[in-house]
Amino acid sequence: MRAKGDSVQTAEPRHKRWHLLGPALSVLLIGSAAIAQTPEQAPDTIQERLLACAPCHGVIGEGTSNAYFPRLAGKPAGYLTNQLVAFRNGRRRYPPMNYLLEYLPEEYLAVMANYFAAQKPPLPAPVAPDTSPQMVKLGEQLIEKGDFNRGLPACMSCHGPNLTGMEPAIPGLLGLRASYISAQLGAWRYGTRTAKAPDCMQIVAGHLTEDDVKAVAAVLASRPAPAKLDPVPKGSYGLPFPCGSQPQ
Amino acid sequence: MRRIAILLGSCAMSLLAATGAYAQNKPADEALVEKGAYLARAGDCIACHTRPEGELFAGGRPMPTPFGTLYTSNITPDNETGIGKWSSDQFYAMMHTGRFPDGGLLYPAMPFGSYTKVTRQDSDAIFAFLRSIPAVKQPNRPHDLRFPYNNRSLILGWRTLYFSEGEYKPDPKQSDEWNRGAYLVEGLGHCAMCHTAINALGGSSESEAFQGGLIPMQNWYAPSLTSNKEAGLGEWSLQEITDYLKTGISPRGAVYGPMAEVVYNSLQYMTDADIRAMAVYLKSLGQGSPPGAARATVTSSESSLLLTLGKTIYDRECASCHGAQGLGKPPHYPPLAGNQSIQMSSAVNPIRMVLNGGFPPGTSGNPQPYGMPPFAQSLSDDEVAAVVTYIRTAWGNRGAAVSAREANALRASPLD
Repeated sequence: MRAKGDSVQTAEPRHKRWHLLGPALSVLLIGSAAIAQTPEQAPDTIQERLLACAPCHGVIGEGTSNAYFPRLAGKPAGYLTNQLVAFRNGRRRYPPMNYLLEYLPEEYLAVMANYFAAQKPPLPAPVAPDTSPQMVKLGEQLIEKGDFNRGLPACMSCHGPNLTGMEPAIPGLLGLRASYISAQLGAWRYGTRTAKAPDCMQIVAGHLTEDDVKAVAAVLASRPAPAKLDPVPKGSYGLPFPCGSQPQ
Repeated sequence: MRRIAILLGSCAMSLLAATGAYAQNKPADEALVEKGAYLARAGDCIACHTRPEGELFAGGRPMPTPFGTLYTSNITPDNETGIGKWSSDQFYAMMHTGRFPDGGLLYPAMPFGSYTKVTRQDSDAIFAFLRSIPAVKQPNRPHDLRFPYNNRSLILGWRTLYFSEGEYKPDPKQSDEWNRGAYLVEGLGHCAMCHTAINALGGSSESEAFQGGLIPMQNWYAPSLTSNKEAGLGEWSLQEITDYLKTGISPRGAVYGPMAEVVYNSLQYMTDADIRAMAVYLKSLGQGSPPGAARATVTSSESSLLLTLGKTIYDRECASCHGAQGLGKPPHYPPLAGNQSIQMSSAVNPIRMVLNGGFPPGTSGNPQPYGMPPFAQSLSDDEVAAVVTYIRTAWGNRGAAVSAREANALRASPLD
């Protein structure tokens, strides 16, 4: 956007609005004239400010029935901030998100991230994998062990033994639907989703085949929630290789 | 741009012997640089001359136009790829006449039609500021214009029709404040670039200045600043206008769409005195005009069906923030009743707000704005048309009904 626009305005004279408030005043009868003249205010909370996120991500980031929109609640704040900044700057491409965030300062994006990171709604019920037993086996293999011969680290080696992520910027992988996970792995492979260099996830995704993506997505979406959902503290384990988003 | 780079190169060589260009290298006066930085904000140079995540003022930002894509130029003081070898005379000539130091013509995407009004003194300050920023070696990217628009000599014709050179001349009948506002709005602010209709030749007529128009490629309607039926500010108080320009929100409404960028990158940094001057001038542009008869594009029977559906959707989706009577919760939730922006003959903006939602810009005066949710994914074309028709006609509003086709057409609008 590089041009000039416009406004939302009302031409209605103020006295007319006061007139509408007349009945309210007569009900209140006493005292609070100053209050009654003040139009209703939006609640001064972060949840209210972020209602724009709710139709796709849920009011507290718990996710919605749309399989392509991810849950945000409980993800590490650093991860969420990185994503919001990447959307704002157009490095992560999804036009509706790029548009919404374009003119918001980074401090506010961090406030948004902290809000969603602090929400702890339960995970949605896991979904049984809609794929063959061989694919399930492949998925489990990649998630837990990786594939040394193809230079593929296990998902768990970075996203944690319980797949709940690590502070400040490695996301958990549970509570997401298969179609979202495979769309994101596809976006990493095709370069429409990128992160700070060295872009570890792009390197990993570049080694994945279509079948790998399908298998990993189906199995991740079928995993039940562990007892403790929070991302583990920073430095709980070492990463197999350097990652720009998570300096060690 | 390659051609410009070559031309700049040869012109730089011819300057080697001249001393004029090098006079700029002496330590710039700090106050002048500071003034220039402020004026560069007023001119919003950064918005176009910096790529997202790119080096400041190093250009390379794509500017889609109906004629092809232009790439903005590097205006850092790099000798090879920027304006490091320019003199302040050459910079002023560029701002004032729309010509490069070698006489080559600038594309009018650079708003020299407005910048021509900038004084020599202010131009020198901006130049001093641009000399003070870090030089970035980043060659300009060639423009990607379709035939015949890739022929720069066509700009001559455009200039003949639409460009009139000359610094701002104060109107002695008006106050100093009004004149300062007019200078900023007409000059560095380059408001006319969007708020004046652009014709098929990419030109805007001075006689139609600030009368509004659809912004090409972006599909937002920049409302008239002269008609109080649109964004004319004649009925607004000065406080409401200054709030709107500086913080992005006001009791009358919030900034959205392309104007959000202007407030975010430029207006929020203006001094209170300058914002007030702009408000005084803008308010004086607003002309009262009796509400015209609504120009309906749908039949009346279709319209009444739309209204019934529209009210149902409004009460379900919109009323919790904008109020059952459309009074909003200003300044964060704009009132819709009596709202000029919703009743304008162009329904583009209200349709797009319903489809795409949006946040006002985050500013020092409103650092954590409230967002409006997008409804593109949850409402059908019929439902969008219905709810927009409802808000354009309820509570005494006098807008015309809109069709599902109009709503559908705007789903494809670019969002970046």
